[in-house]
Amino acid sequence: MTLEKPIRFILNDAEVSTKLPVGMVTLDFLRLHQRLTGTKEGCREGDCGACLVLLGELDVDAMRYHPVNSCLLPVGELAGKHLMTIEGLNQKDLNVIQQAIVDEGATQCGYCTPGIVVALTGFLLNAQTLEEKEAIAALDGNLCRCTGYQSIKRAARLVCRKLSEQLLPLENDCDRRLRRLVELKILPSYLLSIPDRLRQLRPAPGDSPSASSRPPVIVAGGTDLFVQRPEEMREANLDLLSARQDLKGIRIDGNRCHIGAATSVEEMKNSPLLQELFPRLGDYFKLISSTPIRNRATVGGNIVNASPIGDLTIFFLALDATITLLDGHQRRELPLRSFFQGYKLLDKAENELLAEISFPLLKKSFVFNFEKVCKRLHLDIASVNSAMQLQLENGRIRRAHLSAGGVAPIPLYLSRTAEFLVGKEINLHTATEAAAIAQTEISPISDVRGSARYKRLLLRQLIISHFSACFPQQMNEEVRR
Amino acid sequence: MKHVDAALHVRGESQFMDDIHEPCGLLHAAVYSSPIAHGRIESLNTDRARKASGVAAIFTAKDIPGANQIGNIILDEPLLADNEVHFVGQPIAIVVAENSDLARAAAKLIKCDFAELDVFLDAREACAKGQLIAPPRTFSLGDVDIAWPKCDVIVEGRADSGGQEHIYLETQGAMALPMENGGLKIVSATQSPSSVQRIIAGVLGLPMHKVEVEVPRLGGGFGGKEDQATAWAAMLALAAFRLQKPVKISLRRKEDICMTGKRHPYSSDFKIGVTHDGRILAYEVVFYQNAGAAADLSTAILERTLFHTTSSYFIPNVKATAYSCRTNLPPNTAFRGFGAPQAMFVMESAIFKAAEKMGMDPSVIQKKNLLQEGDQFPYGMQVRNCRSQRCWEEAEERYDFAKIGKAYTQFNAQNRWQKKGFAVMPVCFGISFTSTHLNQASALVHVYTDGSVNVSTAAVEMGQGVKTKIHEVAARTLSISPSRIKVENTNTSRVANMSPTAASTGADMNGQATKIACENILSRLRAVAGGKLQTEQWDAIEIKDEIVHFRGRKTDIGWNELITLAYFARVNLSAQAHYATPNIYFDRKIEKGSPFAYHVYGTGIVEVTLDCLRGTYQIDAVKIVHDCGTSLNELVDRGQVEGAVVQGLGWVTIEELLHDQSGRLLTDTLTTYKVPDIYFAPAEIQVHFLENADNRPGLLNSKAIGEPPLMYGIGAYFALVKAIKAFRADAPIPFSAPLTPEKVLLALHGESQDLNGQKGEDVFR
Repeated sequence: MTLEKPIRFILNDAEVSTKLPVGMVTLDFLRLHQRLTGTKEGCREGDCGACLVLLGELDVDAMRYHPVNSCLLPVGELAGKHLMTIEGLNQKDLNVIQQAIVDEGATQCGYCTPGIVVALTGFLLNAQTLEEKEAIAALDGNLCRCTGYQSIKRAARLVCRKLSEQLLPLENDCDRRLRRLVELKILPSYLLSIPDRLRQLRPAPGDSPSASSRPPVIVAGGTDLFVQRPEEMREANLDLLSARQDLKGIRIDGNRCHIGAATSVEEMKNSPLLQELFPRLGDYFKLISSTPIRNRATVGGNIVNASPIGDLTIFFLALDATITLLDGHQRRELPLRSFFQGYKLLDKAENELLAEISFPLLKKSFVFNFEKVCKRLHLDIASVNSAMQLQLENGRIRRAHLSAGGVAPIPLYLSRTAEFLVGKEINLHTATEAAAIAQTEISPISDVRGSARYKRLLLRQLIISHFSACFPQQMNEEVRR
Repeated sequence: MKHVDAALHVRGESQFMDDIHEPCGLLHAAVYSSPIAHGRIESLNTDRARKASGVAAIFTAKDIPGANQIGNIILDEPLLADNEVHFVGQPIAIVVAENSDLARAAAKLIKCDFAELDVFLDAREACAKGQLIAPPRTFSLGDVDIAWPKCDVIVEGRADSGGQEHIYLETQGAMALPMENGGLKIVSATQSPSSVQRIIAGVLGLPMHKVEVEVPRLGGGFGGKEDQATAWAAMLALAAFRLQKPVKISLRRKEDICMTGKRHPYSSDFKIGVTHDGRILAYEVVFYQNAGAAADLSTAILERTLFHTTSSYFIPNVKATAYSCRTNLPPNTAFRGFGAPQAMFVMESAIFKAAEKMGMDPSVIQKKNLLQEGDQFPYGMQVRNCRSQRCWEEAEERYDFAKIGKAYTQFNAQNRWQKKGFAVMPVCFGISFTSTHLNQASALVHVYTDGSVNVSTAAVEMGQGVKTKIHEVAARTLSISPSRIKVENTNTSRVANMSPTAASTGADMNGQATKIACENILSRLRAVAGGKLQTEQWDAIEIKDEIVHFRGRKTDIGWNELITLAYFARVNLSAQAHYATPNIYFDRKIEKGSPFAYHVYGTGIVEVTLDCLRGTYQIDAVKIVHDCGTSLNELVDRGQVEGAVVQGLGWVTIEELLHDQSGRLLTDTLTTYKVPDIYFAPAEIQVHFLENADNRPGLLNSKAIGEPPLMYGIGAYFALVKAIKAFRADAPIPFSAPLTPEKVLLALHGESQDLNGQKGEDVFR
């Protein structure tokens, strides 16, 4: 659809106004309409990272930039923001990232390379540390078919080493970090003018792009929507939840933790609050998609998508989470586990919007674990995933919650298995019995993620893995085939 | 010297086919392809599509003015299906529209009715029904029947290896521009510009000189654009020729995966006979190659399989028979290794099984039977400058196999839920196209009056660094600064009758041609310098670092002055040169000859850790001693080794192609077909290039690098099997790559039948 009012934003160093469809993906806007061809098309489904761009938002006074997949980013999301492509990062001389890639031979055919440069720039803008491990983690959304990644890792290491003197200690303040990166000529100087220019661009309240009378499609992160229904989305009128600050944020209220539905997965991953609640949060979230996808994907989107294999859904099912649905001012709360009625069928009226998810805080007597196995350990959809939460009392299980994905038409809460666990001691026998009972609750099918018998076996193993991860001492000596 | 394009790549300024400035009025194409695997076309209705918004034209087989034929070795593949379709994704019609979205939308409106025919997906089944691409071939040495009774241990078995999708990050594509006088210019992402030119000329009924093919560079090829880039270019040529307007296509990833061929799946039967002390006396193998629906390069690939039957080993009695079987999959095609990895997987499976029966580590048998100087390959060639043992011994010492073995035994004894495994993988790979006539290349070198140099060859740059190596050869031969040189894109008007950039020979052959052309110019320049120095002792003149030297002493004639002198003396500053690899031949009647210029050797060790609870694994390290002769460029060669290794690892572990029973590919996106990512790649790949390893037949003593290292990855399969067996000694594991986490978990914890009765499933594995 065509807008009545144009979308205005800054593309690299230039202000842009466009009336192109809001549902057109940014990759097409860049390549077809701007002929900025440094951003490459590799898959159009967020798996390869050849199309990475930096999306900058003015957050109070500072710009925050995140690498995102332009193949899944609707043009509508650009309004009032700063979009940076490889062309916008280029300066007269190669910067330290580009030079490191050249020096280490970390580019062969060159097709994935602009995406790698963008990802490493995102790393320098957002890193908590300058450790090589973190730099490599920032490349978890980039595929390269030529190098075997060794030279890319060497280049990342070189960047960390070269900058460790100049950039450390890392500025936590976004604005100061950005200025430092400009000083070091890693970023071009025009970036310093962006906040002021964006302020001038900002539409007056009520001046947001309004569209035709067609009912809008609600878009959270769009990371699945734009994979599954790209043609339809291009024509659609979009209701972009990213603008809804009221749907974002992580807070603790009494004995519950509340997470706004439009909170991104990366925000959750980096949340000190959640990190304190889940000491192994980083390990779990490392298994969930990639940095650029996590920058866009939201917790609400993962749940409403109703995929039987949604990682966060499985995570929250075992936290005995509750969701809040909004219809205008009408609020309705229900347990997450009652939300899924059948394959992609939700207990949700058409006008209801998932606003929030909340779960009771875990106390000291609680243990929690999340497991996921897929063909490729990272950036892959699970063959089976599962989460378990146990409350312990005097060495026995007082309360249990267990979930499993990929084994039924819906993300499954294993209620019979959870019931069985109550009152049991922690030992291998309990774990294998629970795994056996779980077999009676599931109905996996054979598909590209694995045969039915594999998924059955895998869930059994993941339930034992929960116990092994939560109670390593009790289990390790005991666990046998 | 760094990769010559690296600075462009990191700025996103290097142009791939789809990045080139678009001509005014450019139209875009989409392909309508067969939704079924085998059937007769009963009716084809394009009316609705033709009337759709923005559509300029639709072309089908009947619009082809010349031959509807794109077969390369065997003429069995139409450009557009005419009466029958033979695989899901076979092109039937081309839709041309104002933009690619409209073209794709219109293609969906085409209606085609089929009478469905029987579908074969399995090579053995196709073979049993007589569906062969070509008559079977047999290579033999000695006499296995006489040898069997002399063997102490004989084992038989079956080994299967799956296909592999190339996932070059740049998908297939082409752009065609009509030129004056009925000619065409094609920009194609191909490894074989002359094939594209020849096929288009045939399809359009034009002489080849009217078709100019230009290749800017490829975003990865790996063999997938050797033969299979042709169809898209030819379709576009047809459209541009008929419409007299420029037309472009760039496939979407899913279209590319669905419509193009892969590495050939193989199913093989082996029988191996060994003495008590581990000497292999006899080896018999039957290969069933799943060729897909048309020949493509299958027969050449099958031939390379036969050439690599015995891998790095000398076996005195060998019989290898190979069938290329016609199935209803997209025609399978070249992929780095070109049939050799499949042969080596079977050989290693046979050794593994024999070793297991004999209660010894496979490495004992492997080492004992390594090729030695003077041995004979089953195809009759003598083993010359053999470095099999040298590489093995150096790897054994450098990486301390004994210590690794001990550490693993200890680790596995101490850990119940994690097991480690390692396997040694020796590689011996023959260099040259096995079709002897392809072993030729030419170069065209111009020196301009400002002293800058322009080099054109038949080599296509696809990331392998061939431009960098040729650049270096030209700079070294002329002894001038590399900054004076530019290596051109590949273009059929500058260099004719190119062999594909394939078989790891790109740098070797095109570099040799470049060297000869530069030497020709040099000898003329020496004469020019002699004139200026008033001497006829031209042999005493040389150019060193851009300065003319006479009898070893500097003169005051620099490069620029020399070129100016030559130009004013009306001396030819251009040279065209041709190189034909010497001393190679092969007689297919007797299946004997000396088909390779030389062999590349190496030994790798692959170390893995298995999570026995979850069935997941990590490749910890690959440590290699590799013979690349005297490397022309270590940075490039190291990158080639590392990249090839990880592709090989992917092939035997997570890269799995799944079809449903009707022949539709299920793993048709990057969401479902998983290639290695940065976490999957081993934490450590050590590459040590063999020292003092000159290679006379190679380019400046170097050796080809592209393909051989891929096969080190095969070691991961056997390392994983060893780790599995450390957990469960009787684990039922057939030799069946890829060894996915699913197969691993079923082997660790499943019942025996879990690994067999897969046939009843909806998914064809």
